Amino acid sequence: MADTPMVSLTIEGRQVQVPAGTSILEAAKVAGVLVPHYCYHPGLPVAGVCRMCLVEVEKSPKLAPACATSVAEGQIVHVHSEASLKARQGVLELLLINHPLDCPICDQSGECELQDYTFREGRAEGRLGPDPKRFNPVEDFGGDVLYVPNRCILCTRCVRFMDDVVHDPVLNVSERGDRALIGKFEGQDLTHEWAPNVVDLCPVGALLSKDFLNKARAWELDRTPSICPNCTQGCNAIFETRDNVVVRMRPRSNADVNQWYLCESGRLDYKWLSPATRIEAPLVRHGDKLSAVDWESAIRAAATTLGGARVVALVSPMLSNESLHLAARVVAKTGGTGVFRVRTGPEAPLEGVPDLALRTERAANVKGAELLGFTKSASPLDTLASGDVLLVIGETLTAADAPALARAGKVIVIGTSLPDEARGATVALPSSTMAEEEGTFTNLRGRVQRYMQATAAPGMTRPAWWILADLLTQLGEPTATFLASEVFAALAASHPAFAGMSYDTLGLKGQIMSGEPAAQEAAR
Amino acid sequence: MGYPHKSHPKETPILSKYFGEPQARTLEGWKQRGGYRALQQALGMTPADIVNVVKESGLRGRGGAGFPTGMKWSFMKPGDGKAHYLCVNADESEPGTFKDREIMRWTPHALIEGTAIGAYAIGAETAYIYIRGEFTEPLRIMEDAVKEAYAAGLLGANAMGSGKRIDVHVHRGAGAYICGEETALMNSLEGRRGNPRIKPPFPAVAGLFGLPTTINNVETLAAVPHILNNGAAWYKAMSLSSPKSTGSKLFSVCGNVTRPGNYEVTMGYPFKDFLYDMCGGPLPGRKFKAVIPGGSSVPIQSMEEAESTLMDYEGFVAKGTMLGSGGVIVFDDSQCMVRHIARLARFYAHESCAQCTQCREGTAWTTKIMERIEAGQGTFQDFETLLEIGDNMTGKTICVLSDSCAVPVVSGLQKFRHEFEAHITGKRCPFRTAAAA
Repeated sequence: MADTPMVSLTIEGRQVQVPAGTSILEAAKVAGVLVPHYCYHPGLPVAGVCRMCLVEVEKSPKLAPACATSVAEGQIVHVHSEASLKARQGVLELLLINHPLDCPICDQSGECELQDYTFREGRAEGRLGPDPKRFNPVEDFGGDVLYVPNRCILCTRCVRFMDDVVHDPVLNVSERGDRALIGKFEGQDLTHEWAPNVVDLCPVGALLSKDFLNKARAWELDRTPSICPNCTQGCNAIFETRDNVVVRMRPRSNADVNQWYLCESGRLDYKWLSPATRIEAPLVRHGDKLSAVDWESAIRAAATTLGGARVVALVSPMLSNESLHLAARVVAKTGGTGVFRVRTGPEAPLEGVPDLALRTERAANVKGAELLGFTKSASPLDTLASGDVLLVIGETLTAADAPALARAGKVIVIGTSLPDEARGATVALPSSTMAEEEGTFTNLRGRVQRYMQATAAPGMTRPAWWILADLLTQLGEPTATFLASEVFAALAASHPAFAGMSYDTLGLKGQIMSGEPAAQEAAR
Repeated sequence: MGYPHKSHPKETPILSKYFGEPQARTLEGWKQRGGYRALQQALGMTPADIVNVVKESGLRGRGGAGFPTGMKWSFMKPGDGKAHYLCVNADESEPGTFKDREIMRWTPHALIEGTAIGAYAIGAETAYIYIRGEFTEPLRIMEDAVKEAYAAGLLGANAMGSGKRIDVHVHRGAGAYICGEETALMNSLEGRRGNPRIKPPFPAVAGLFGLPTTINNVETLAAVPHILNNGAAWYKAMSLSSPKSTGSKLFSVCGNVTRPGNYEVTMGYPFKDFLYDMCGGPLPGRKFKAVIPGGSSVPIQSMEEAESTLMDYEGFVAKGTMLGSGGVIVFDDSQCMVRHIARLARFYAHESCAQCTQCREGTAWTTKIMERIEAGQGTFQDFETLLEIGDNMTGKTICVLSDSCAVPVVSGLQKFRHEFEAHITGKRCPFRTAAAA
């Protein structure tokens, strides 16, 4: 890339320099100018069909499609000239000719590019007159995807995504002229693990998520940058919440991790982030009953329980680096051991993107847990000796764990709920889900990435790192950390792999650990 | 010789000389008529020399655009280490055009010979003849002729003993007008949906299978052997008006004329003589009203314009239209222009590949409005809407199908506005009798 010559051009009066071969549309982004477009997407081959991005290039006889025209030295480009505006108005009018005016019941409303550009630049009134609009029934495309052909503007992003990125050509353009619609090849469905991205790629309300259907209006949602917690890939995500509940997870672009995409398993597995049943106050055993107490009493009780005994900490690989760091210190302080297990499933790569897959290990921070001294095991509780104290942090327990639990001297649970298997716990401390706290995960390639707090934690719940920091203090090892960023700073100071990192340096795109081969970068 | 009518003395029958003679179809018959001498000669020349002869002849593309053929061939860079392809555009689908069909029906070897010369000239070892799906008879004849040519060693690994490989494949289209657009044709050949491609890259850079490709019309290639046989100067001298338009040109005539059919005239022939003399003028008791001179995609001419037109690339442009494919559609005074324009619009709406917004929606919307006007339910407001849609559809899309739909509407509205108005004020089509309605 270093050898690519640079080209200077002027876009809307702004001089920019871009590498030769760049499209005018991408060059305009550098100039801070948005060229309205529908069919163009940086992750897909150029189609040049919506004709929305027609711009005026001086000395050129015709308007040029900005997505399909390369920059040339000295070019002077007008995006908002009368001719290009008129062309866009023409396209908008034609796109609306057969488009139903059903925005009030359309899921895309509020985040619809047809709505946005029509509002900004379109004609105030239609001219269709008495002629009828085309009608086609809604079609179930399989998987999580519903197709509403009447709203489709035939930008073909979905077709190109399935062909060129997923390499599973299920979709096509069927028919011709204004009868054209997106079709599905006979006997095939949009069931590929990565297929639901067509819903995000669709600029209008033609491809909808069944999961999100009629659930919320786009303008009611709050959006928080986060990380998909559901596998070790660490795809960048946006948590969309309404009334303090996560209602949708969507991809957030990160060229080094997931480009623009998020898999089905990841995006649909969000309901646990706002659990319906949970413990909202610290519980301490008095005789055969667990009773709610204040945090200080609970921490004291937990410290007393831990005192003197060997501790086996069963942690979740979905815990943040921050929580795991402090959990490791609790284990070290008590001379115990830290273990974890990982749910697994089949790997599902996205063929067209290097090093992007739904990973076998379905938890976000396996790498972090290993780095911070926890041992991965299929049967982690085998290490539990009679009389040990079992400290469960964020991990769910199953009936299979019952014999091991019976062996434990005492059980302390830090989690969102108290599983049946742990009813005999001595202390239960309510922690937040990852959506209710901020923190960092380390993905399988050693990229440390931040996630932000999307919802408020209910009742007296606290992030696990906070609980563990208090516990350490109570155990006689003050941490003096009051913010997640401070815990991370302490972690960075004590672990060479995290050296030099801070919340500021991580930003929203994360950072590769020192000493890690930058595998994802190398693959590109 | 003309077909199906007798040749007119003022015709210049070069390509059409053997139309109607079944013997000319066979290899033997074609050789007796001088066939394959030009290919023999060409294989002894350098490709660059052939390109120069064609350049000097002034031959221009007969498919519609009129691009100089020699120059098109010279875009194919020799020695670039890539396979080159020649595509023969035999997807003759332009309404009103049926000249390529007759060339293939009567003189298939003329096309094969021209194709082989063209392929050799551009450094291609493979040529594809893409035949319109509905052309079942020409397809059969071309396939038989290609088999004959292979059997006689005229094609194949050692074409005419020259040591050069020239393979010709006949490919049948599936019946889409748009596949006559050269980049859609290539997509179709590759087995994809026949959608036009964005240019650049131009076919000479990245065409069929991503490799340098030239696409030529049937009539263009059929003329090449004659140029080699008789020399560039002979061809260039055939010009009655503009020196930029040379040679003979086949015109397909249909509509309200006494003798419809194919006519071959020298470039620059007066359109008035052509229509009234050669084609026999209007039917008894009728008057010519309008003519579409170059296939349905060119502007309609009023009869006054047509009568002063000279039939070559420049002559038609000077009178506000284009030579196009040479499909002459004639309308007399019994015809409702609104109805015919609505029908043309419907054709384009049906054939739009649906890629570009302006075309997909514009052709269909135009059709709806045109048909509403024809049904007597239009408004004067519709005129402005039609013109604005037409403007939106012109010069803004990947290919020119969209423009082609706007052309008859806009030119029709300009030249026959009174007929449009009569439909609106009378709330019915003035050409329909009470009985017919």
